[in-house]
Amino acid sequence: MTEQIVEPEVGRSRPRKEDARLLTGQTNWTDNIDAAGMLHLAVLRSPMAHARIDRIDVSPALERPGVVAAFSGGDLAEGMGSLPCAWPVTEDIVLPDHPPIAVDEVRYAGDPVAVVVARDQYAAADALEAIEVDYEPLPPVLDLEAALQPEAPLVHSDKGTNRCYDWPLKTGEDFDAVRERAEVTVKRRYHQQRLIPNAMEPRAVVVTPLAASGEYTLYSSTQIPHILRIMLAVVTGIPEHKLRVIAPDVGGGFGSKLQVYGEEAITLAVARRIGRPVKWTESRSEGYLATHHGRGMIQDVEIAATSEGKLLGLKVDLLVDMGAYLMLVTPGIPILGAFMYPGIYKMGSYELNVTGVFTTRTPTDAYRGAGRPEATYAIERIMDELAAELGLDPVELRRRNWIGHEEFPYTSIAGLTYDSGNYEAATEKALSLFGYDKLRAEQMDRNDRGDTVRLGIGVSTYTEMCGLAPSRVLRDLRYAAGGWESASIRMLPTGKVEVVTGTSPHGQGHVTCWSQIAADVLGVPFDDVEVIHGDTRAAPQGMDTYGSRSLVVGGTAVHHAALKVVEKARKVAAHLLEASEQDLEFAGGVFSVKGSPDARRTIQEVAFETFTAHDVPDGLVPSINAGHMVDPDNFSYPHGTHLCAVEVDTETGRTHIRSYVCVDDVGRVVNPMIVEGQVHGGLAQGIAQALYEEAVYDDEGNLVSGTMADYLVPSAADLPDFVTDRTETPATSNPLGVKGVGEAGTIASTPAVVGAIVDALRPLGVRDIRMPCTPERVWKAIEEASS
Amino acid sequence: MIPPAFEYARPTSVEEAVRALAEVGEDAKVLAGGQSLLPLLRLRLAFPELVVDVGRVPGLRGVREEGDTLVVGAMTTHHEVIRDPLVRRHAGLLAAATETVADPAVRHRGTLGGSLAHADPAGDLPAVVLALDAELIAVGPRGRRAIPAREFFVDYLQSALGPDELLVEVRVPKTDGWGFHYEKFHRVAQAWAIVGVAALVRRDDGHIAEARVGLTNMGATPLRAAATEEALTGSGDGQDVARAAESAAVGTQPSQDLSGSPEYRAHLARVLTRRAVLAAAGME
Repeated sequence: MTEQIVEPEVGRSRPRKEDARLLTGQTNWTDNIDAAGMLHLAVLRSPMAHARIDRIDVSPALERPGVVAAFSGGDLAEGMGSLPCAWPVTEDIVLPDHPPIAVDEVRYAGDPVAVVVARDQYAAADALEAIEVDYEPLPPVLDLEAALQPEAPLVHSDKGTNRCYDWPLKTGEDFDAVRERAEVTVKRRYHQQRLIPNAMEPRAVVVTPLAASGEYTLYSSTQIPHILRIMLAVVTGIPEHKLRVIAPDVGGGFGSKLQVYGEEAITLAVARRIGRPVKWTESRSEGYLATHHGRGMIQDVEIAATSEGKLLGLKVDLLVDMGAYLMLVTPGIPILGAFMYPGIYKMGSYELNVTGVFTTRTPTDAYRGAGRPEATYAIERIMDELAAELGLDPVELRRRNWIGHEEFPYTSIAGLTYDSGNYEAATEKALSLFGYDKLRAEQMDRNDRGDTVRLGIGVSTYTEMCGLAPSRVLRDLRYAAGGWESASIRMLPTGKVEVVTGTSPHGQGHVTCWSQIAADVLGVPFDDVEVIHGDTRAAPQGMDTYGSRSLVVGGTAVHHAALKVVEKARKVAAHLLEASEQDLEFAGGVFSVKGSPDARRTIQEVAFETFTAHDVPDGLVPSINAGHMVDPDNFSYPHGTHLCAVEVDTETGRTHIRSYVCVDDVGRVVNPMIVEGQVHGGLAQGIAQALYEEAVYDDEGNLVSGTMADYLVPSAADLPDFVTDRTETPATSNPLGVKGVGEAGTIASTPAVVGAIVDALRPLGVRDIRMPCTPERVWKAIEEASS
Repeated sequence: MIPPAFEYARPTSVEEAVRALAEVGEDAKVLAGGQSLLPLLRLRLAFPELVVDVGRVPGLRGVREEGDTLVVGAMTTHHEVIRDPLVRRHAGLLAAATETVADPAVRHRGTLGGSLAHADPAGDLPAVVLALDAELIAVGPRGRRAIPAREFFVDYLQSALGPDELLVEVRVPKTDGWGFHYEKFHRVAQAWAIVGVAALVRRDDGHIAEARVGLTNMGATPLRAAATEEALTGSGDGQDVARAAESAAVGTQPSQDLSGSPEYRAHLARVLTRRAVLAAAGME
């Protein structure tokens, strides 16, 4: 027997186990899956934002070579329910019917109207052109404020309004009273432009039916195989136990695959109808129309303070673009941000109202950060404006108002209990890495010289809520499901370990991190652990992956399950060693008897003895496998300080991020390399919102930025070197002390970048620039301020 | 992203290629590096009956010297142009501008001839060959003809090539001793220029003796900033250059798109022309 483990796994920068197959593509992406006799489905989509379908004839498509079947929405309507919305946020929310494929009216450019099934994808694509559709145009609904006017054309005429819901929140002192006695108030309107998620792998679905037994296997590039199974059972009427959903390896999602899509229901319905395997894979430009979008919100924000810069209260009014239909959690996205507008600051009054508005555009839903980037943007930007109004350094204003590290746990004005944090420590570290004072001096010098290239500094002292979610909180918010997560661990006879998780990784590195967590508790080598996920048959219980929940809830479940395995193994080991359980020590994967170091059994030996069951204690079930479910008591609250220096060429409006420093506190870190990767990607996406990306529609409601040539996703060449660092204030709400890191970079960075640009141009009279801050918008802001 | 069906020909000589083009006429398209044509096909914006792939036609690739002229084969890839010692020595502007084209993957596939024949005013190289006063050599059923760059770009995505003509080479006069600079303004690294300025400057005794300025994406075709070129002659310092650059947008008709309004493009043309000429002239 040898000592097995020398160094703890948690905290090590392990290269990711799953990368060999993910990076080489030698794996099952959904589009790689083939089945005997498989047919290919293509979707005809509405070219108009809003129209009545007067006539649709799919029969000419049937004449085309290779075509097996073609269906209109009407053909498929029977037996297909409305796509689900699992988060009706208010009792009186307007919930329109959402057919997976339009029947008599289309409500956004890209709404499916017909499908063709053919022997190959080429025949299917060509045959779409043969389908005849007569559209009677209806007026598009595009402007959020105009949509709420009494005479506005309606997206859903049967509902009589474009107002989807109003969701108010009011805590503390009355804001009107606060405004009355405040010495300073600042009011701003911010626009959160629509964003298009760009997962590397487009959506794809394969359905293989087994007609004889009425069973169906659905592969989908999804973040949520478990939720999808339940929802598709409801939509299609296929009994849940006859439907198996598999998310094979999935190439990214960013929230866009936290969805129950019409194409999933359609592919299932068509495969069921014709009794053959069917595949659908979207193209990128098809995805731009029909994969849900993110953000899309007008924010009216007002902040009140004393002349010393002590915050008194905050008032926020949101107009949120739902798009044409409510998808899985569309109405809930702003609610995820509703509690985060006060950020890390203490104040006595908070009022918020969210108004959801229907428009004739692609539905919106979760996109990396989901509600929280919007909230963080609003509070951090208006803090900058308040600082400018008061003549205070923006960092100093934050210092005067943030929750002190000795004040935790702290219940925010919005009612969340922040369990832990140290804003002072993160900020101090960031300021020093950034060289804040030196950059301020350079900024002043450039201003004094009237340099054509100005320098600005942006500050974002953010927090966010992760670890979705305590089930009872979800109930109170009217979400239709819980927020628990499950894990089970199998010790195989040879001592190897299988971890079954209900989380559904799509690039995050769960296989590596869950292995690290299990290896530490069980005392087995990292390489001896495999992680099984994403198949409702192999991993039957799960709530899937979104909202930076997986480590906090799912990783904690792995930890607990592993502890249970050790406890079960202890009983067997005690029996084998003829000692009492109390006399056993367990370390490094070895049970030993206190005081007799030679009396020992490895956990692998215990696993084998349990497997043979030749010599287990009387009455003991011969298994040391164990499962666990975690339903968290609280969210987790990562925080940090991001500082961004931007040079602005005032002649052209070009912006250049000169340096970017972030110090994040995501609690205890399981794998620093993965954390750094998450932060880098998150920053890229947050910076993309600040500078590059926007879903642009024309006056008719057509998506103008319909390809990657027009929708600018930045690459590494467009981004600065990031300086990333951390402080580690463990979360107190879970035994691992972890907080989640999937969204922090995105949430924090957008206001830091825009804040820096505005800071650079403030001496020229610029107060705000609408995102994305394109060179032309920056140039125009300067021109307008100077005229 | 599936193109409509088309016929495909892969000739092995210029003559064979020209024959194939002549048979089909307007509905034939030449496939060179495919970096512009394939996206158009896949987006179903182009519906050619026949695609003539000239990738296997020998002799269209490479750079050679003919006296005061560099001859660049139409199928020479951007990557090869950038790396070519003759181009770097005698046509530095071409190498410098080609380095800014799209991304490495595109530069390894895309060709000089392909990007010129595509005649996209937002492409970088049309304005560059215009500034270089290059000649484009076309071969058709009636033989070979030389088209000056000034006459080659006819309209948006439209060149002077007949439907039965193949662009075979680009003849670039050597610009030894000229200062040069390509100033590209774009939003992300792989994006097209919002505006680009190709500047060539010959200095004599501290003054600009001759200047040529090509403009990218300032109209339906690449353009020369004629008024600025004229005003630059004799310029001796930065102020002179700045004054001359003020007329860079004269006679242009830039388009409106998501990256910029005509007004913004005109402004950029002035600023970027000043910068490009100063850089080319080695002035402050």
